[in-house]
Amino acid sequence: MLRLEARPQASRLMTWLSPLLAAVLTLAAGGVLFALLGKDPAEGLRLFLIAPLKDLYGLSELLLKATPLMLCATGLAIGFRANIWNIGAEGQFMLGAVGATGIALWAGESESALVLPGMLLGGALAGAAWAAIPAWLKTRFNANEILVSLMLVYVAQLLVSWLVFGPWKDPQGFNFPQTVMFADAALLPVLVDGTRLHLGLLFALAALVAAYVFMYRSHAGFRMRVAGEAPDAARYAGFSARRTIWTGLLCGGAAAGLAGMAEVAGPMGQLTDKLSLGYGFAAIIVAFVGRLHPLGIFLASLLMALLYIGGEQVQQYMNLPNSIALVFQGLLLFFLLGADVFIRYRLRFGSEAAGA
Amino acid sequence: MEGNLFTAVLFATVVAGTPLILTALGLLVNERAGVLNLGAEGMMAVGAVAAFATAHHSGSPWLGVLAGLVAGAAMALVFGFLAITLQANQVASGLALAICGVGLAAFVGKPYESLALPAVPPIRLPFIADIPLLGEALYNQQALVYASWALFWAVLYFLYRSRAGLVLRAVGESPAAAHAIGHPVVLIRYLAVAFGGAMAGVGGAFLSVFYTPMWVEGMVAGRGWIALALVVFATWRPLRVMLGAYLFGGVMVSQLFVQGAGLQIDFPSQFLSSLPYLATIVVLVAISRNPATIRLNSPLSLGKPYRPDA
Amino acid sequence: MTTSSLPPTARLALHGIRKVYPGVVANDGIDLAVAPGEIHAVLGENGAGKSTLMKIIYGVTRPSAGEIRWEGQAVTVRDPAHARELGIGMVFQHFSLFETLTVAENVALALPGRPELRELSRRIEEVSARYGLPVDPRRTVHALSVGERQRVEIVRCLLQQPRLLIMDEPTSVLTPQAVEKLFETLRRLAAEGCSILYISHKLDEIRALCHSATVLRGGRVSGHCRPAEETPASMARMMIGKDLPHCEHGPAQGGGEIRLRLAGLSHASDDPYGVDLRDLHLEVRAGEIVGIAGVSGNGQQELLRAISGEERLAEKHPVQICGAEAGRLSAGARRRLGLCFVPEERLGRGAVPALPLVDNGLLTAARGQGLVRAGFLARGKARAFAERCIATFDVRGGGADAAAQSLSGGNLQKFIMGREILQAPKLLVAAQPTWGVDVGAAAFIRQAIIDLRNRGCAVLVISEELDELFEICDRIAVIAQGRLSPPRDIGEASMEEIGLWMSGLWPGAGTSAPNTAGEAAHA
Repeated sequence: MLRLEARPQASRLMTWLSPLLAAVLTLAAGGVLFALLGKDPAEGLRLFLIAPLKDLYGLSELLLKATPLMLCATGLAIGFRANIWNIGAEGQFMLGAVGATGIALWAGESESALVLPGMLLGGALAGAAWAAIPAWLKTRFNANEILVSLMLVYVAQLLVSWLVFGPWKDPQGFNFPQTVMFADAALLPVLVDGTRLHLGLLFALAALVAAYVFMYRSHAGFRMRVAGEAPDAARYAGFSARRTIWTGLLCGGAAAGLAGMAEVAGPMGQLTDKLSLGYGFAAIIVAFVGRLHPLGIFLASLLMALLYIGGEQVQQYMNLPNSIALVFQGLLLFFLLGADVFIRYRLRFGSEAAGA
Repeated sequence: MEGNLFTAVLFATVVAGTPLILTALGLLVNERAGVLNLGAEGMMAVGAVAAFATAHHSGSPWLGVLAGLVAGAAMALVFGFLAITLQANQVASGLALAICGVGLAAFVGKPYESLALPAVPPIRLPFIADIPLLGEALYNQQALVYASWALFWAVLYFLYRSRAGLVLRAVGESPAAAHAIGHPVVLIRYLAVAFGGAMAGVGGAFLSVFYTPMWVEGMVAGRGWIALALVVFATWRPLRVMLGAYLFGGVMVSQLFVQGAGLQIDFPSQFLSSLPYLATIVVLVAISRNPATIRLNSPLSLGKPYRPDA
Repeated sequence: MTTSSLPPTARLALHGIRKVYPGVVANDGIDLAVAPGEIHAVLGENGAGKSTLMKIIYGVTRPSAGEIRWEGQAVTVRDPAHARELGIGMVFQHFSLFETLTVAENVALALPGRPELRELSRRIEEVSARYGLPVDPRRTVHALSVGERQRVEIVRCLLQQPRLLIMDEPTSVLTPQAVEKLFETLRRLAAEGCSILYISHKLDEIRALCHSATVLRGGRVSGHCRPAEETPASMARMMIGKDLPHCEHGPAQGGGEIRLRLAGLSHASDDPYGVDLRDLHLEVRAGEIVGIAGVSGNGQQELLRAISGEERLAEKHPVQICGAEAGRLSAGARRRLGLCFVPEERLGRGAVPALPLVDNGLLTAARGQGLVRAGFLARGKARAFAERCIATFDVRGGGADAAAQSLSGGNLQKFIMGREILQAPKLLVAAQPTWGVDVGAAAFIRQAIIDLRNRGCAVLVISEELDELFEICDRIAVIAQGRLSPPRDIGEASMEEIGLWMSGLWPGAGTSAPNTAGEAAHA
């Protein structure tokens, strides 16, 4: 008989092996899924994992998709480590896009070098402002940040929809729900010629480094970690719970807003109502799979980006809905949470008495 | 004319509130056992797809509801395995269920997106349906609307009058103490979680088989989350869940009010559509501002994992 | 045949009981027999394996090896329900009651079948009258005092007519007078033929109550004895293997400046289950130790939070630390005034369980000890500080990189004590400083507190252990129902008098609180 036995100490090794185990299990389950759908599992997995990486362009697309995931997840991780459950990154992402678009449209055909920094700031501030709502409602009224931040996702989506159907609609756009294309001065420079990979990737990498320093080297990061691990200890030590909540949500909002800015100023070049592919939600998975650690988030966002691209490939070549990527992403998180049990427990065979 | 409008709005409110009632009452029982399952949105979505597909292939809306129930419960049991047996973080596991369920529903539902089901005729209750104004709105409804009322009474009886309900509440307050006096905490929590999932599945089934009746990706549109908020708003009490659900139903059909009132101003529809979400926030703030209210009413072990000492 | 050495009439006989947790042998080769009508003590210090053994008997956990015989039959106790079917009842140290339910509902939950609540209430009243355990079946548990809760637990057991009653450290929540009352009840039960397993580490009580005793040390049986024929010293030697250590006390210096003043501290608790503090007055001077005694749940937690700053007050003046009005200051600001604080809960409040001791040192000492520079952590200094705590306070187990949760209770408490004391506080507040700590560590900690006083620090100790307070304090006050008695010099105070005060009956105390009156009438 199999049974779980508590480990005397949490296993550090399993903490990092668990995401790998989860990834392997996800692939295995994916193979089974393809077989069940009557497709060749090997071909399906090849399309998912190998095909997207076969050339430079494929790699650049991978990094392009990973950029918003990395940014959103980094911000979320800062909050999650302190048990601040901001799950509205999707909405903050949209607000970031709206803020940046507002600046870009206002700047119009201006060629000023200040347009991009302005958009950057506008995006980050708008995202942070959207996240400030749950922060304020939590510190002031004790309202649950999970539900508030999530409700604001729907509101943000409707706000974007109103803008692109209404005041910001491109008059020459044949009534499509989209703004005009941004001027060149409002577009992020491309990093590698012939690809869509843009400067946003460097923002994301910088955010990862900054998050690492904040989390592991600063006193503020330490205080937030204590707040997450043991809220009573944080109160005992005199760490401000309000500041923790504000920091957690504002970091998440600003990072997601930046990601939204990078999306409209990068590959999209305009604001549309099909702005996000669910990056804000996928980033939650990235943050968990990445163990709330910047390096882990970097790797996990590549994996998740791969699943996005794989979904498109499978749609194109196998005629399956690209929402199969969502299924894979969900499975990944499930398997991760399941595999995490081995951090605290080990598997033993036989009855308890025999094990003793 | 005025009377017709009243009846129409009341009718629509009751219909819009029903999936919330079904889901929120299930979640209430679930949370009373001390388990917080944030995956309602995913369970509703999967329930809706399962119900739609089954009703489409079998031609029976009732088999569809059954399929929604089973699918919702099955999703909930996956969550239960993570959160109860493996003691994973309940918040994270619930989020996983929400994300995964929505994705799975989108994937499975793709082939059904352009299809529609025949509308299921309402059941007209004899005599009382003839009551002026109210009768047409309340007693000429879908069977599941009546079922939601029955569910309300059943939950009320179960929680406050039955021994099983007493045990459930005890488990939700202190699983360790319940275990120490010999109650099977893990089993009870599994049953509660499965019930929550089953009801969310039925709630989803109501949306796809009776309400619209069709399947579109994203059609659950946050109702699972609103149901979760409703349980908090109701401070874990069934009667308030009913009131809250109809309040939200009313907000959701607010377009009817506006059109009925004959307002001709150019009002963005997006603003009206965002009202339920804004109302959820307002309601959460209103109920949470006094921490003692939550503390006194919430199941004390809510969200905390429990593993019996082996 | 395995029980040949035990009396054939034993109600419960254990043979070779062993229980292994990962990394720990909690019980090893335990033999024990209880006769009908016998009050049998299981004696041992914290961590000796008493609680594990009781959990095994009550079916909460299974032994890794060994045999349990119940009235001559070998049994496997599957779970607590099975234990109760057999006729075993247990009163837990940390009560297994449901706060939001009524007394009758709590009892109904533990009984088989579907008892009707009105009929059940009648039976509860009957049993409580018969055994002198007054409880009101209609009241909600969270409104009851700790003593009342214990009575509910006992009544709940008695309704099932147990033939063996397990009492796990039952007197830690009672006043000395209430202890006497409990003993009467237990003696009556024993006279009716019920066997009692009485778990305790309090030697006087065991000598007063128990017919026989089994002593545990380090998970093994270190001896059997008849307590009436032993002295506390001889039992202590069996329990810890040496004589009980005593502290070097020395006279108080007195006359130092006032470091803590409570000037009419009143505070309504935010927590609906909490206790309101009502007009507390106290002064603690440099160079003295003031103790606050009281039964748990009488406002100690609220008072500590009000002093530490974890709960801020509406006004400044009711809490004065080192001359500054601190009522509205944050916990951090109060630390900067010279306050250090050792809370009752070590894991999760005094220390972060999953973090290593280095980081736990940072928890409160970061600013005062210069472990942070320009907002960034000075890791090397933090490590040096943690290592100094470990060396000075003899903290054993893994060194500075060991997670707090991997340390034993005694060692973690020594670390926390060290962390607070090495910051050279002007005022130290310690809650239950030796709760759940082994005897050696407890003596070390008490001595450290006394030494700190001798260096001129003002010390406030809040404890539920009267013995401890009488050992280390210079003055003692009592908290009851959120009110504080005037302090008394320890030389003029007696255990009996302080015990009486613990029911809220000190000269000049208001009699407004009905609960206090009820408790007192019972005592």
